[in-house]
Amino acid sequence: MSSAVSSNPAAFNSHPEQPRNLLQRCSDALYLQPQLLLLLLLTPPLLWFGSVYIASLLALLWQGLYTFDDFTMLVSHTLTLSNYAQLFEAANFDIILRTLLMALSVSLFSAMLAFPVAYYMARYASGKTKAFFYLAVMLPMWTSYIVKAYAWTLLLAQEGVSNWFIDLLHLTPVLNWLLSLPGIGGNTLSTSNLGRFLVFTYIWLPFMILPIQASLERLPPSLLQASSDLGATPAKTFRHVILPLSVPGIAAGSIFTFSLTLGDYIVPQLVGPPGLFLGSMVYVQQGSIGNMPMAAAFTLVPIVLISVYLAIVKRMGAFDAL
Amino acid sequence: MRSDSQKIPGASPWLKLAAWGGLLFLHFPIVVIAIYAFNTEESAFSFPPKGFTTKWFSVALQRQDVLEAIGLSLQIACFATLIALVLGTLAAAAMYRKSFFGKESITLMLILPIALPGIITGLALLNGFKAVGLEPGMLTIIIGHATFCVVIVYNNVVARFRRTSASLIEASMDLGADGWQTFRYILLPNLGSAMLAGGMLAFALSFDELIVTTFTAGHEKPLPIWLLNQLTRPRDVPVTNVVALLVMLATMIPVSLAYLLTRDGDSVAGSGK
Repeated sequence: MSSAVSSNPAAFNSHPEQPRNLLQRCSDALYLQPQLLLLLLLTPPLLWFGSVYIASLLALLWQGLYTFDDFTMLVSHTLTLSNYAQLFEAANFDIILRTLLMALSVSLFSAMLAFPVAYYMARYASGKTKAFFYLAVMLPMWTSYIVKAYAWTLLLAQEGVSNWFIDLLHLTPVLNWLLSLPGIGGNTLSTSNLGRFLVFTYIWLPFMILPIQASLERLPPSLLQASSDLGATPAKTFRHVILPLSVPGIAAGSIFTFSLTLGDYIVPQLVGPPGLFLGSMVYVQQGSIGNMPMAAAFTLVPIVLISVYLAIVKRMGAFDAL
Repeated sequence: MRSDSQKIPGASPWLKLAAWGGLLFLHFPIVVIAIYAFNTEESAFSFPPKGFTTKWFSVALQRQDVLEAIGLSLQIACFATLIALVLGTLAAAAMYRKSFFGKESITLMLILPIALPGIITGLALLNGFKAVGLEPGMLTIIIGHATFCVVIVYNNVVARFRRTSASLIEASMDLGADGWQTFRYILLPNLGSAMLAGGMLAFALSFDELIVTTFTAGHEKPLPIWLLNQLTRPRDVPVTNVVALLVMLATMIPVSLAYLLTRDGDSVAGSGK
């Protein structure tokens, strides 16, 4: 640890009148040997993670190389690359593309919704209002995922709350028009891609607000004053100073929205049109079909996509804003 | 942080509207759950509700399966939190200051279980348990939860370690305290509230986690899985609503407490999940 004491270890033993018990001697020894202390501290977590998690993860990816016999429904340990090759078949590629598009659009839309909230929190709210905003963002974030998803099935139901409000505001024609659009539409709100998109955006929104708020919080006010002193209008300051400096926060938030959407399989099951998502595909392959090798191969897709995404946002400074 | 001496013009009404609108959006579904929990109708989603009653609360709390699910989830969350507290605090104590070979990889390893989609973590764990012949059940759920809760505790405790200045420890040693006394009377009281906050958040996370749990649960039915199963039972809607509201309230308490415990610091608990 540090110099003052450890440079003179003899100082410890210069009180012969105090009897030293085992506990004291052990703690002194540890303090004087930081390497030993480090080793002792790290061993339990490393053992746990190494044996429980990392080993399982590697074993899973290895399973992707095993062969699944479609007729006997049995897995043999013959190594093959065909599972990974199958990912590029049109049907599977569709699943990947569908999930990827949803993850990207959810990230974009939540950034748009989150920005004003984060901006207001960071720059205008103070004292009690700020604390209120903080808790008001944090509580929905920590609220049970399944309860939030369930709430949306109530909201989007045919006789449910959202239709009642839309009716009240005389917006039914607008909704019908939206639902008639190819790609995002569907028969009802709860079986449309639009509905699924709303649920995803809702569930991950707090994960976007907090990193943006943190990055705006670090923005020095003097910078904004300098900008306006130099003649920039508020709009120009926003466009050329505030927005670029909040990019790391947005990128950091998008890590969560992107990766969480990419791996989800509960929301696609509850809301939206038929057609599998990456997560649902893994679940189906593993559970109902029992094709563990294919399920394992499919888990590689989110891992690769997320790694690529992380590499991109790292360049935008996302890791400094986490 | 902005200093108060600088004059900042008030927010434009549009910004205010968008900010408060965002909050409203975040809370609207939660309010809807709360309203439906008091709904008199047995199996309808119609809005607005026809009438209000509290009878579903007593119905739900007399259901054996509900009580069992709550009990199981509480037990799992307690055990998982304890393990996460030990491992997370140890990791934080090792990682907060020194740089050493492999430090970055260890950080990545701690984050991985929540950074990767739950389905990957869940499937990997299930696979691993099968490989060593461990039957999925309460024990495997606890192991899984503990694994992804470690990082929550770690984040809170490591932030506190960084704020506890090294000179405090040196001063204690210079004044003649031994290593144990310094740990007991200087370090531990400083870490206490951060550990408590981290523990609360880990508890809340474990209590709610669904995706990893579906893979590691076997035949056990902790609360989130019970709720997921309920969604396919339209006749049980009133009970589901009540339990959903209770689950929500149950997580709000530890999360709010964790916030209160750490809000004076520069990094607030719960700002990352």
